Amino acid sequence: MSRGGDSTATVPEADFRSYYGQPVLKPPVWHVPHMPLYLYLGGLSGASSVIAAAARLSGHDRLALAAGVTAFAGAGLGSGFLVAELGRPERFLNMLRVFKVTSPMSVGSWTLAVHGGLTAAGAASAVTGLLPLAGDAAVLAGALTGPVMATYTGVLLADTAVPAWHAARRELPFLFAGSALASAGAVGMLTTPRAEAGPARAAAALGAVMETAAAAVIERRLGLEGEPYQRGKAGLLMKASRALTLAGGLLATVAGRSRTLTAASGLAITAGVLCTRFGMLEAGKASALDPKYTVVPQRERAAGRRLAVVPDQENGSHTP
Amino acid sequence: MAERVGFFTDSSVCIGCKACEVACKEWNGVPDDGFVFRATSYDNTGQLGADTWRHVAFIEQDGRWLMSSDVCKHCTNAACLDVCPTGALFRTEFDTVVVQPDICNGCGYCVPACPFGVIERRERDGRAWKCTMCYDRLRGGLEPACAKACPTDSIQFGPLDELRERAAARLERLHADGVDEARLYGESPEDGVGGTGAFFLLLDEPEVYGLPPEPVVTTRDLPQMWRWAGGASIALVGAVAACFLGSRR
Ligand code: SF4
Ligand code: SF4
Repeated sequence: MSRGGDSTATVPEADFRSYYGQPVLKPPVWHVPHMPLYLYLGGLSGASSVIAAAARLSGHDRLALAAGVTAFAGAGLGSGFLVAELGRPERFLNMLRVFKVTSPMSVGSWTLAVHGGLTAAGAASAVTGLLPLAGDAAVLAGALTGPVMATYTGVLLADTAVPAWHAARRELPFLFAGSALASAGAVGMLTTPRAEAGPARAAAALGAVMETAAAAVIERRLGLEGEPYQRGKAGLLMKASRALTLAGGLLATVAGRSRTLTAASGLAITAGVLCTRFGMLEAGKASALDPKYTVVPQRERAAGRRLAVVPDQENGSHTP
Repeated sequence: MAERVGFFTDSSVCIGCKACEVACKEWNGVPDDGFVFRATSYDNTGQLGADTWRHVAFIEQDGRWLMSSDVCKHCTNAACLDVCPTGALFRTEFDTVVVQPDICNGCGYCVPACPFGVIERRERDGRAWKCTMCYDRLRGGLEPACAKACPTDSIQFGPLDELRERAAARLERLHADGVDEARLYGESPEDGVGGTGAFFLLLDEPEVYGLPPEPVVTTRDLPQMWRWAGGASIALVGAVAACFLGSRR
């Protein structure tokens, strides 16, 4: 048994008991860089397919082509990282053995399979010019699977016992959606002639704002469970992410003026959203490895419940 | 379906002999988990994991030693099972939770999902492993190896209802004897995981034994989480639409 707390810390640490300071939980086993790269590529592919469909509908043909090919490449490369991350990659197809809504990973695998097929068909038709009608249908259908690709990863992380992830369950899908939109906008403006890349630049700026806002809400709302996002390696990555994404987003609003600005904006955003993914994994690992983040909030929850059933106690309102 | 069975681990009579750890390894062929002297206590294995399916916690306090044999809780609402995308984790006819090693593809999702930090991926063979409550022995009408080997009956195996009654009686007896700190852990179907199939009588707060004080199965919040994801999806589509407005060609 040991009391928690670091006597050198300037802010008093929460007092709690643990088994020799050992973690209560097992940290996520996912590796760097596979898992963060998959999160990036999956989100990029998802948001790009929505952009491709909108570009198709509004007659931005060059942007539609670039976004469609990006959507396909993101899904393809992402699947590669996903398979490589498995303990038994040769059994990847077991993912499609059952369909379970209780498993975000199952929902994600099926979505990825369908989305990968649609984006491949859309890109093949756009590049070769064959079967244009079927190609357009695939591109439009990709606008349905794309948003799921871009947001399910938020649920994937949140549906775990990892304190920093589960506590952020409301914001994570928005964070991932914003991040995906920013990354798709960035790649869109890097791969489309400037004259036609207006909507991509707008997407990059809007996505950057959305991601930054969601991350800010996580830091404000979470309290103790939000601490891992601000400390250590995860804290550095999240800070870098915010600086790069916001700077890139701001640049995107003026990037139409020159190639240099476009490149600077696109690269800054890409680096920023990559930092977000790596930071999320780091924060999750750190929060699972320190028993403080498991024990203290659970103790507070228990105390809140006890207060709630005893009337006349000063306010026992705790978020469940 | 057979009657639900489970473990009642009464830590007040555990002597820390680790016969359960050894019997489990022997019967289930669980690989070596390292000969480490941890220097914190007489605990050799540290925590449950892919290669440690029973773990005897050893806590030195002023004037007393606490010992308790930890194991997979075989939760009523098991997060590991809910999130497993391959169906490798399943609920048996005994209402226990078991991984099928021939199906598991090592995605690792069950590992951070378990609120007790039980299941783990064995990096050498890439799959997730944990206590099966000796599924093969149960099917053969035998009790699990750990319960069989326990010399003090600290680990009791049987129908869960019967175990709950026995535990309540034991708790009452201890309280009558003045052991006020005795408490049950995991026996209540009202808790965050719907009660556990393996529950405990402890002599201190759960976190002292490395157990979460108020575990919750996070899939409980999944409908809410899918709704937030739905909202985020709509926001994404709306944002893209907004980007194209005004630049229609
Ligand atoms: S304790 Fe963990 S591994 Fe065991 S059944 Fe419950 S969730 Fe699954
Ligand atoms: S590692 Fe195996 S048992 Fe665990 S969730 Fe993945 S497929 Fe299921």
